[in-house]
Amino acid sequence: MTSFAGWQMPLRYASETAEHQAVRRAAGLFDLSHMGEILVSGPAAGPALDYALTGHLSALRPGRARYTMICAEDGGVLDDLVVYRQDEDKFLVIANAANTDVVLASLRDRAYGHDARVSDATGDYALIAIQGPEAAGILAPLAGGLDLAAIKYYAGAFGEVAGRKAWVARTGYTGEDGFEVFCRPEDAEPIWSALARQGAPAGLVPAGLAARDTLRLEAGMPLYGNELGPDVTPFEAGLGRVVKFDKPGEFVGREALAARAASGPVKHLVGLTIQSRRIARHGYPVLADGRTCGAVTSGAPSPTLGVPIAMAYLEPGEGNRPQAGEGDHVLAVGIRGEAVPAHVEDLPFYRRRQLR
Amino acid sequence: MSVPAELRYTPEHEWVSVEGDLASVGITEYAAQQLGDVVYISLPALGATVTAGEPCGEVESVKSVSDLYSPVDGEVAEVNTELEDDPALVNAEPYTAGWMFRVRVAQDGNGDAALPPDLLTAAEYEELTKSAG
Repeated sequence: MTSFAGWQMPLRYASETAEHQAVRRAAGLFDLSHMGEILVSGPAAGPALDYALTGHLSALRPGRARYTMICAEDGGVLDDLVVYRQDEDKFLVIANAANTDVVLASLRDRAYGHDARVSDATGDYALIAIQGPEAAGILAPLAGGLDLAAIKYYAGAFGEVAGRKAWVARTGYTGEDGFEVFCRPEDAEPIWSALARQGAPAGLVPAGLAARDTLRLEAGMPLYGNELGPDVTPFEAGLGRVVKFDKPGEFVGREALAARAASGPVKHLVGLTIQSRRIARHGYPVLADGRTCGAVTSGAPSPTLGVPIAMAYLEPGEGNRPQAGEGDHVLAVGIRGEAVPAHVEDLPFYRRRQLR
Repeated sequence: MSVPAELRYTPEHEWVSVEGDLASVGITEYAAQQLGDVVYISLPALGATVTAGEPCGEVESVKSVSDLYSPVDGEVAEVNTELEDDPALVNAEPYTAGWMFRVRVAQDGNGDAALPPDLLTAAEYEELTKSAG
């Protein structure tokens, strides 16, 4: 167990490597109840979110989800979010646990003057994720009345899981197909147990934070505090597509973000494979010809690739720029005093085969 | 969790097993569980002189890097090269196949291996892990 943003969370149940592989090959079960849930409701909830976030949420159809960000006036990222439009006038905003208070306060500020209500629903929801190629097959018999095939990637629906009310969404943070089940806290334990029982014959195992981190890293997904923070805009992280300049009306950060879009990012997020068994960890320097040209943001062994992988920000400059598609662009990472060769790779490191 | 009675221990979670003048060293099952899956081990070089309580290598797991301390004084006589290809042996069999290195230690007046006096017994080590956890 480990302390995380005020929650006690399992880092691993058994072996994090085995948990990782179970998610890639069969399925894993995650307790993500620490995530923040913020409800934005009312006739102008959509326009309020259009103003508050980088995305065009009023254009989202009910039952669909969007990955988006909330930025400061200077364009810095305050958090990355998943927003579900549950009904015409009801949006559920999912924030990182450590950022929930900041996101809640910002949304309240920015919704001022709109006919919309912002409320913290974190305590009303537990969140259980079932991720992996077997996830749909395991969930289906327990999700009576829900046609899982009709829930597309980045969509969700109200229904029941193990006889208990839930919002069931086809989203996740592992790079696999899978579902996230938002339920009442008192229903979490029976839903967890039912999924664990149903999934065990198919190879489902409970999975902890350590496996979640290596899974998202292989999938090239950013983690707030590592790849994202107030000192970068979405453009540095290669996620400029979340900024919708063509949406109607103003939004917080537009001016700064437009300037950054025009000038180009001040550093570039790249993938690295490390030519060693050693892990290039958060904060380690990236070296080009012996001089520092960037810093590692996340690093871990990749059970799928069989080598350590990392994401890193490279400063702009001669020889530092990633040569997309040229696998032999060699840099090094300073791992506790040793310069270990590292190859620049295209992100993501892992992409699942298309859904059947 | 197993703490074999015949071994000696350090507060840094190494175990020591003595045969003649050779002391075998590894990390305990408790340590292996706390670290999680071990992915890389840096061991002292053959012939290197190690000092009790001083770092002589590194144990790297998915989530962390920890110093490896020598529990004894002496010269490194053997290292477990199998750990280069299969560091997970430390998790699977911490007291047997997961041993890390062997140190040739000095002998005392009775011809026994001279070990630091502050090594812990199994009971003392178990007590320590209980109060920690």
